[in-house]
Amino acid sequence: MSLTQKSATEQLALLQSGELTSVELTQAYLDRIQAVDSSVGAFLRIETESALAQAAGIDARRAAGQPVGKLAGLPVAIKDILCTKDTPTTCGSKMLENFVPPYNATVVEKLLAADAVILGRTNMDEFAMGSSTENSAYHPTKNPWDTTRIPGGSSGGAAACISADMAPLSVGTDTGGSIRQPAALCGCVGLKPTYGRVSRYGLIAFASSLDQIGPLARTVEDAALLLEVLAGHDPLDSTSVNAPAPAYSETVNQPLENLTLGVVDHHFGEGIDPEIVSAVQKAIEVYESLGATIKHIEMPHADYGVATYYIIAPCEASSNLARYDGVHYGYRADQAEVMAELAEDGSDEGPLVRMYRKTRSEGFGPEVQRRIMLGTYALSEGYYDAFYLKALKVRRLIRQDYDNAFAEVDMIIGPVTSNPAFAQGEKNSDPMAMYLEDLYTVTANLAGVAGISLPCGFTENGLPIGLQLQAAPFEEEKLLRAAQMFQTATDFHTRRPELS
Amino acid sequence: MSDAPYEIVIGLEAHVQLKTQTKLFCRCSTEFGNPPNTQTCPVCLGMPGSLPVMNKKAYFLGMKTALALNCGIPKFTKWDRKNYFYPDLPKGYQTSQFDLPMSEEGYLDIKSLKDEFEPRRVRIIRAHLEEDAGKSMHDEASGKADSRIDLNRTGTPLLEIVSYPDMRSAAEAKTYMQELRLLLTYLDVSDCNMQEGSLRCDANVNLHIPTENGTIATPIVEIKNMNSFRSVERGIAYEAKRQYDVWQETGKVLGELPKQTRGWDDSAQVTRSQREKEESADYRYFPCPDLVPVVVTDEQIEAVRSEIGELPATLRERLTSDFGLTSYTADVVVNQGRELVDYFLELAAASGDNKLAGNWVQGEVLRILNDQEITIDQFRISAGQLAELLQLITSGDLDSSKAKDVFAVMLDSGKSAAEVVQDLGIEKVDESALEDLCRLLVERNQRVVDDVKSGNQKAVGALIGQAKKENPNVNPGQVRQICLEIINNL
Amino acid sequence: MSLTRQDVEKVALLARLKFDDDQLDKMTSHMVQIIQYVDKLSELNTDDVEPMAHALDINNALAEDEPRPSLPREEALRNAPKRDDECFLVPAVLGE
Repeated sequence: MSLTQKSATEQLALLQSGELTSVELTQAYLDRIQAVDSSVGAFLRIETESALAQAAGIDARRAAGQPVGKLAGLPVAIKDILCTKDTPTTCGSKMLENFVPPYNATVVEKLLAADAVILGRTNMDEFAMGSSTENSAYHPTKNPWDTTRIPGGSSGGAAACISADMAPLSVGTDTGGSIRQPAALCGCVGLKPTYGRVSRYGLIAFASSLDQIGPLARTVEDAALLLEVLAGHDPLDSTSVNAPAPAYSETVNQPLENLTLGVVDHHFGEGIDPEIVSAVQKAIEVYESLGATIKHIEMPHADYGVATYYIIAPCEASSNLARYDGVHYGYRADQAEVMAELAEDGSDEGPLVRMYRKTRSEGFGPEVQRRIMLGTYALSEGYYDAFYLKALKVRRLIRQDYDNAFAEVDMIIGPVTSNPAFAQGEKNSDPMAMYLEDLYTVTANLAGVAGISLPCGFTENGLPIGLQLQAAPFEEEKLLRAAQMFQTATDFHTRRPELS
Repeated sequence: MSDAPYEIVIGLEAHVQLKTQTKLFCRCSTEFGNPPNTQTCPVCLGMPGSLPVMNKKAYFLGMKTALALNCGIPKFTKWDRKNYFYPDLPKGYQTSQFDLPMSEEGYLDIKSLKDEFEPRRVRIIRAHLEEDAGKSMHDEASGKADSRIDLNRTGTPLLEIVSYPDMRSAAEAKTYMQELRLLLTYLDVSDCNMQEGSLRCDANVNLHIPTENGTIATPIVEIKNMNSFRSVERGIAYEAKRQYDVWQETGKVLGELPKQTRGWDDSAQVTRSQREKEESADYRYFPCPDLVPVVVTDEQIEAVRSEIGELPATLRERLTSDFGLTSYTADVVVNQGRELVDYFLELAAASGDNKLAGNWVQGEVLRILNDQEITIDQFRISAGQLAELLQLITSGDLDSSKAKDVFAVMLDSGKSAAEVVQDLGIEKVDESALEDLCRLLVERNQRVVDDVKSGNQKAVGALIGQAKKENPNVNPGQVRQICLEIINNL
Repeated sequence: MSLTRQDVEKVALLARLKFDDDQLDKMTSHMVQIIQYVDKLSELNTDDVEPMAHALDINNALAEDEPRPSLPREEALRNAPKRDDECFLVPAVLGE
């Protein structure tokens, strides 16, 4: 097994024992990226120099017997949505092509404090809006298992870099499934923590009440290790919960006794690929063989999740993205062109208003504009009650479904997606078809509960299939232990895509 | 206004910058007057990824003000976003409070010092917290040049106090703003400087005009840019006349025109229509997902209430009922601010004569403060020193005209009343010597004696003049009293 | 619920976006499709349901009123598309 195929936990042990230096490890990943990323496109930027410098510094400190952080020397890839001081942060958008934040996101601070080596920035759907990473303003990312297919999204680069061994750990964000869906389609582990578990300070907002940062990794153990560093209270985020973050990596290998898993029969209804049904059902049998009890439960409002989500998320987005107006940072339309355009169409619109409109129409891609339009419409006078307020009420019903379920079972087990990775371009012209991809993932965001996706099989064509476990708020520890039980009993996570 | 053929209806929206050290949602300084864009951070710049955290002090200062305005404090309040695009609003929305404000339903009583209107209770709809915008600066002279944006002020905490349309004249509106400012000053919650913009107000104005077919209402106009109490009064008065003229010309009534916004141009003394927006305002308010609600307990509310202290209305009442001041004097003293009230209270206690203390504060002390444009804490004579002077008056050692001379010297020299009396050679005339002098004068002026005996007490004044010639230090009051006694005993 | 091209044009102005004729047609048809789908929420009776704006029930995240250093002006203005030494610059803002 090559160095980059080892898990982060194994690599960390080698670093700690002195058998491996961070510079060696970092260089190995830089070489791997050099070799395969041209066919995957997981990264937007590779930070070779700073990564090697950071690695050398950590090696020196470790060699001198000085204290080092929890992840000391492990490379980490960061989704290009987390602000990093003095380093471009684009959010996959032309709007922020030249944006250089003057501050660090809290999780970036935490990673630096843990002595993680920042390898580079991963590709994503523009402003995290999308399920295929085709909405990146820079280039699409491809699925390492089949480069004619999409890797999922919006954290497509974050999942693809793990799956193609270009990073041992990566940080993504999940607003409606943006960690779990690409993890499922790329065959890696992705965890969306409970809303409030990880600070959102410095995460470029898509939908503030749904966004959450989480880890992607090859193994559940590695995800536990990274979550441990990311989680915790942050006084800079009012929605961050003031509760201690457990040492997940220390308990992840303890199996759960008397585990009760809930199965929603509805999840296996119309529209889901039979190969996925069969893989997930086999996974359920694995849990049964490990002593888990299976209970059939109802989630009566789950079918309304996508509709609820595609009101709430665009509403919040329309407001969150109002700041991109070409005044204080980011892209601005050419002033001479603005004036020429105004003169040409004889509009009485002021130059400022036209500057805003031209800037935003040129700086945002079509999917982002569509969601801004939807949200603006749904919040506007006369429609607020029918759309936004209605959606907030259904959101409550969905949360109640979860509360009722977790009164009966420890976790809900089911699929992540209804289909394996689809072909590039397949759903581009049909936004609604793309939105329905989020069926199984959006409800966790709406309710604020934790969810994890882990590999549970492959299609005949060799495409990965994901298994989703969802747990009650702040039960990440149990979620990781249950997921680890599955990985201990199976080997899906050890398979590798063939990349030339 | 009683002779005008209409009634003006006015509601005011006051914006008060609260006296916090830091902004509402970040910890940048709120200090006024620093170079542009030196008080910003990722949060108040609206940088991608930044998040707001509510300033605790701003919330409690807001609550203190609301309680002083007799508002109710709901136990639960939340934050909403008001969405609109403007260059001095970097996030593209203002964080404010929409459907669940931090306080509602209060009132402020106003009355006119000059009896311009009947005392009135102006009801308050709500007072809520919101963030201030930055400043757009445009040099009109340079024509097409860009506007410059300074975000130092962005995010400064504002309390917006919205009144019911309860005022009926420009003078009432001005007095409301003055009374509000006084209250805020007593509460010490704001600098209340209208020029610096820490107290601002917009007025919603329309007219009720009686016609043969019943009373009609003119379309409501919002007046902005009134940066002094005088401009509040003049702007509204101008707008009322303008609305009446427009109504006579067009006959348009409420509902037939959209609400218009006009700016007060202080140099031209007119209101001008502000550039019509491209669309009717649709702020798309919705709950801010980045901020969590504030929940308060009865104990917290009572603790804030107990910090409020004596407010202008209560103080005026106390100064008239307990200290015997006229309502006018009490108003004058209280309206100058808490420091002058404290000066008065100390003076009254030390001098032992409430009324005399009131007269001196309202008269001499205020005259000096106004002439020298200083505040009471810069005034050279302490309440204790002034009390010594007043005691000399009460004891009859000084008459009021001499006391004023002494006061003037005390002010220049910083010396005590006793020292100045000595320096000026003002000596109290010995009682028996004074009586001898009075007897002599009575003997010399039989005509005065006859006049007094026949009931003209004023005639004794001639003797006072003569006494002063004989001895400049005599107290005229004493001379009058002794002479009258002698004559009456003749 | 019907949504016309004119409605979409109005929303575009509110959102400060601008579309040419083709884009407007496409946007209208996509929005109609999505709005028809999300309208399925009207099947549910939610009369007695409390709206849920936050995913978690926490209150009173309040910070002390203690100043922290602001950004140096150069940092604040660094990303501005147009600026002078002190300020952000925008096309003339007239009136208020």
